[in-house]
Amino acid sequence: MSQLPALTWVFAYISLLTVGGGLAAFPELKALTVERYHWLSFQELIRFYSLGQVAPGPNMMMVAAVGEHVAGVIGALVVVIAFFGPTGVLTLGTGRLWRRLEGWRWRDAIQRGLAPVSVGLLVAGSISLAKGGLIGRASVLIAGAVFLLLIRTKINPALLVLCGAVAGLYAFGLG
Amino acid sequence: MPASLAPPVEATLSQIFRAFLLIGATSFGGGVMAYLRSSLVEKHGWLDDEGFVQLLAMSQSLPGLNSANMAVLVGDRLRGSRGALVAITGICLPGAVLMFFVGMLHRQHGARPLVTAAFHGVTAAAVGLVAAVALQIGRKVLTRVDDLAFVALAVIGVSVLHQSVLVVLVVVGALAIWWYRPRDDASDAPAR
Repeated sequence: MSQLPALTWVFAYISLLTVGGGLAAFPELKALTVERYHWLSFQELIRFYSLGQVAPGPNMMMVAAVGEHVAGVIGALVVVIAFFGPTGVLTLGTGRLWRRLEGWRWRDAIQRGLAPVSVGLLVAGSISLAKGGLIGRASVLIAGAVFLLLIRTKINPALLVLCGAVAGLYAFGLG
Repeated sequence: MPASLAPPVEATLSQIFRAFLLIGATSFGGGVMAYLRSSLVEKHGWLDDEGFVQLLAMSQSLPGLNSANMAVLVGDRLRGSRGALVAITGICLPGAVLMFFVGMLHRQHGARPLVTAAFHGVTAAAVGLVAAVALQIGRKVLTRVDDLAFVALAVIGVSVLHQSVLVVLVVVGALAIWWYRPRDDASDAPAR
C-alpha cells in the first residue's frame, strides 16, 4: 500500500514520455521500476513488456501486470489510471486547442520535428529491450526470424510470439 | 472548420463504449490503428478517411499512446468529455484485465523452468517485433536526410550517454523543432 503514491507518479510520468509509442519510454520505465524502486527484476519487466506487445488494446496494457505485481488489484487499478488519466486529459485539451491552431506555422514544425526524435526513441527502446531479452544464440535466431517475417509478410505478430514461446521451450527447456 | 471535423452522425455513449470495447478486446498482436480505422470509418461512419488521418497525425505528436489518444479525440468529437472517457475506458479495459491476470499467474508459476524457457522465446520474439515496428515507422516518417541526424542524436542520448528519455525528448525535440521552424521567406505560403 505504501507503494501507491510512487506507483502513481512513476506511471503518470512515464506516460508523458510515450511520444511515438510505449517503446520510447521503455528505458525510463526500466530505470524507475527496476533500478530505482526495485519493484521487479529487469527480466520480469521484459517478460511483461514482451507479452504486452501482443495483448489487445493500446500496447502498454502491461502496466496492469506491473501494478498487480507490486500491489495486487489496487496496484493494477492505480497504475492504469495513472498511466492513461493524465495523458488522456492532456490529449483532450490539446486536441481542442490543436484544431484552433490550424494555420499556426509552428504546429507543422512541431509535428515535423518530433517525428524523427520519436523514431530515435523507438530505436533506443529496442536496444534496451534487446540488451536484456537476447540470451545466447537461440534468442538471436528467434528475434531475427521474427524481424524478417514481419517486414516481409503480413503475418499477425501474436502468432509469431506464440511460435517464439514454443521455440523457447525447445531451445531453453529441453537442453 | 473543414467538413471532416464536424461531428458527422449521432452516436450514443453506449455505442461509443461498445465500439471501443470491441477494438480493445480483438486487436491481438498490435496494429490497433487498422482496427480503429475499420471500425470508425468503415463500420460506423463516425469519421471519413481525411478526418481519421488528421486525428491520427495529432495523436502521434501528443504524449500518450497513439491508440489511447485516438480514443480520446474521437470520443470527444462524438460526445464531448464523456464520450472521450467511455472510449478510452473501452479500449483499455480488456487488455488491462488480461494483463492483470498475466501478472497474477506469473507470480504463482513464473519461476517454473518451462515457463522461464517459454518466456526466453517470447522475449526474443518481442525484440524482433519491436525492431520491425521501429523500422516500419522509420521508413514511413523519415523523409529527409536531416531527419537521420535527429534519430541518431536521440539514440546516442539514451543508449550511449544514458540520459533520461525526458532530457533527450526536450533537448533533441527542441533542436529538431527549431531546425524545421517556419521560415520568414515562406510567410505568405500556406502552412503545410
